[in-house]
Amino acid sequence: MPCKKTSFRDSGLAGELLARIERDAPSETIQIMEVCGTHTMAIFRHGIKRLLPPSIRLISGPGCPVCVTPISYVDRAIALSSLPDTVIVTFGDLLRVPGSYSSLEQENAKRADVRSVYSPLDALELARCFPEKKVIFLGVGFETTTPTVAAAILSARSQNLKNFKVLAANKVIPPPMRALISGGEVRLDGLLCPGHVSAIIGSDAYAFLAEEFGIPCVVAGFEPLEILGAISFLLSQKKEGVARIDNLYRRFVKADGNPKARAVVSEVFEPADAEWRGLGFIPGSGLEIRPEFEEFDASLIEVEVPKSREPFGCRCGEVLRGMLEPRECPLFGKACTEERPVGACMVSSEGSCAAAFRYGN
Amino acid sequence: MCLAIPMKVVEIEGERATVELEGIRRVIGLALLEGVEIGDHLLIHAGFAIQRLDEEAALETLEIFRQLKNAL
Repeated sequence: MPCKKTSFRDSGLAGELLARIERDAPSETIQIMEVCGTHTMAIFRHGIKRLLPPSIRLISGPGCPVCVTPISYVDRAIALSSLPDTVIVTFGDLLRVPGSYSSLEQENAKRADVRSVYSPLDALELARCFPEKKVIFLGVGFETTTPTVAAAILSARSQNLKNFKVLAANKVIPPPMRALISGGEVRLDGLLCPGHVSAIIGSDAYAFLAEEFGIPCVVAGFEPLEILGAISFLLSQKKEGVARIDNLYRRFVKADGNPKARAVVSEVFEPADAEWRGLGFIPGSGLEIRPEFEEFDASLIEVEVPKSREPFGCRCGEVLRGMLEPRECPLFGKACTEERPVGACMVSSEGSCAAAFRYGN
Repeated sequence: MCLAIPMKVVEIEGERATVELEGIRRVIGLALLEGVEIGDHLLIHAGFAIQRLDEEAALETLEIFRQLKNAL
C-alpha cells in the first residue's frame, strides 16, 4: 500500500499543521463538534485537545450508537433474553450498558444466553447451528453498520433461517445534526463530519449544513494528520467567510458514498421516527424492518417490558448534546467509572465519558 | 462502533472474499460493494467490505497537507 497509515501520522507534518492552526486561530472561542464517536476516541488517544490553542474548543456530538440507544431498548432486549430458547446476540459494547434494572451482562451471568459477536454474519451462523432456538441480533448502529445488518437479513431469507431475528434500533446521522443545530442549545462554528458513516452516505449528504445553516464542514479520517488537517480547513473556511463541505477522507469517501450498500438497506428497512438518548424523538432518524421482512423482526415478539427509568444523576443526555463536558458531570470518575459505569457514555469504547476517563484531558 | 479497517483481498469466492492485514486473514462478505478484485484494499466493517481504497485520492490528500506546509 503506497499510502500507509503511518503516512498520516507524520509528526513533522503534524507540527506544521499545528503551526497553521495557531496562526489561523481566532481570538474569540470557537466550538467545533466532532459528530462521530470514533473521532472522539481518536482525538483523546492522540492527545489532540491538549495541542490546540485555547480558543479552539472541540466538543463531542451524538455519534456513538450505543450511547444514544435509549434505555427502553436495553430493557426490551433484557426482557427478550428471559424468554425460553432464546439467544441474544450483540456487538460487545452493548453488553454492559445499564438498563433500568439490570444489564445484558448481568442477565448472562444469571441465566440468559447472551453472546457478543464481531459481525451480524456470526449471529446468522448461530441461527444455523441452533435451529431450535430464536437467535435475536441487536441491531444498533448508524449508516456504517446498518448495511451489514440488512445483508444478514437478506442472507437469512435466502437460507430460510426463520429463527434469525433482529431487534432494530438502527439510526441515521443527518436528522440529529439538523435537530441539534436547529435546537440552538449549542453554538457550532464548524463540524468534523464522520468518516465511515460518510463512506456509505457520501460527503454530499452534509450539503444542507453548509447551505441552510452556514456551518463549515470537513469530512475526515481518524489519523492525527487528518484530524488536524480538518481543524485547519475549518479555520480556513471561517477566515474566508464561507461554508462548504471539504473532504479530506477521499481515499474512502466519495461524494455519493456507496449506493449499493444504501440499496441493500432500502430493500430491508424503511425510515421511521426514533428515540435518541438525550435528544428525544427525532422524525425520520431511525429505521424499521419493512413488513415484507416481518418474520425477521424481533420487535413483533410479545414480551412484558418493565417501565424504564433513567439512572439517577446521570447526565449523558447533556454530554451527547455537546452541552456538558464529561468531567462536569458530578458522577464522573466517582460514582461512574469504566469499571462501574452508570451511563452509556461511560460504557461504550466510543463514548466521550469513557474517552475522557481513559485518556484524561 | 463505526470502526473499520483496510485489508487486502487475496481470494474471492462468490459473495465472499479472504482479506489480509499483517498476516491476519478473515473471510468477509461482498454483498455491499460492486466489482471487487483480488489485490484491492477494502474498508472492512463488521464482516463486510463497505468501500474500496482510492490510492490516488490518498496520495492527493497527503500532497494537500504537504502543500499547506509550504504555504505557511
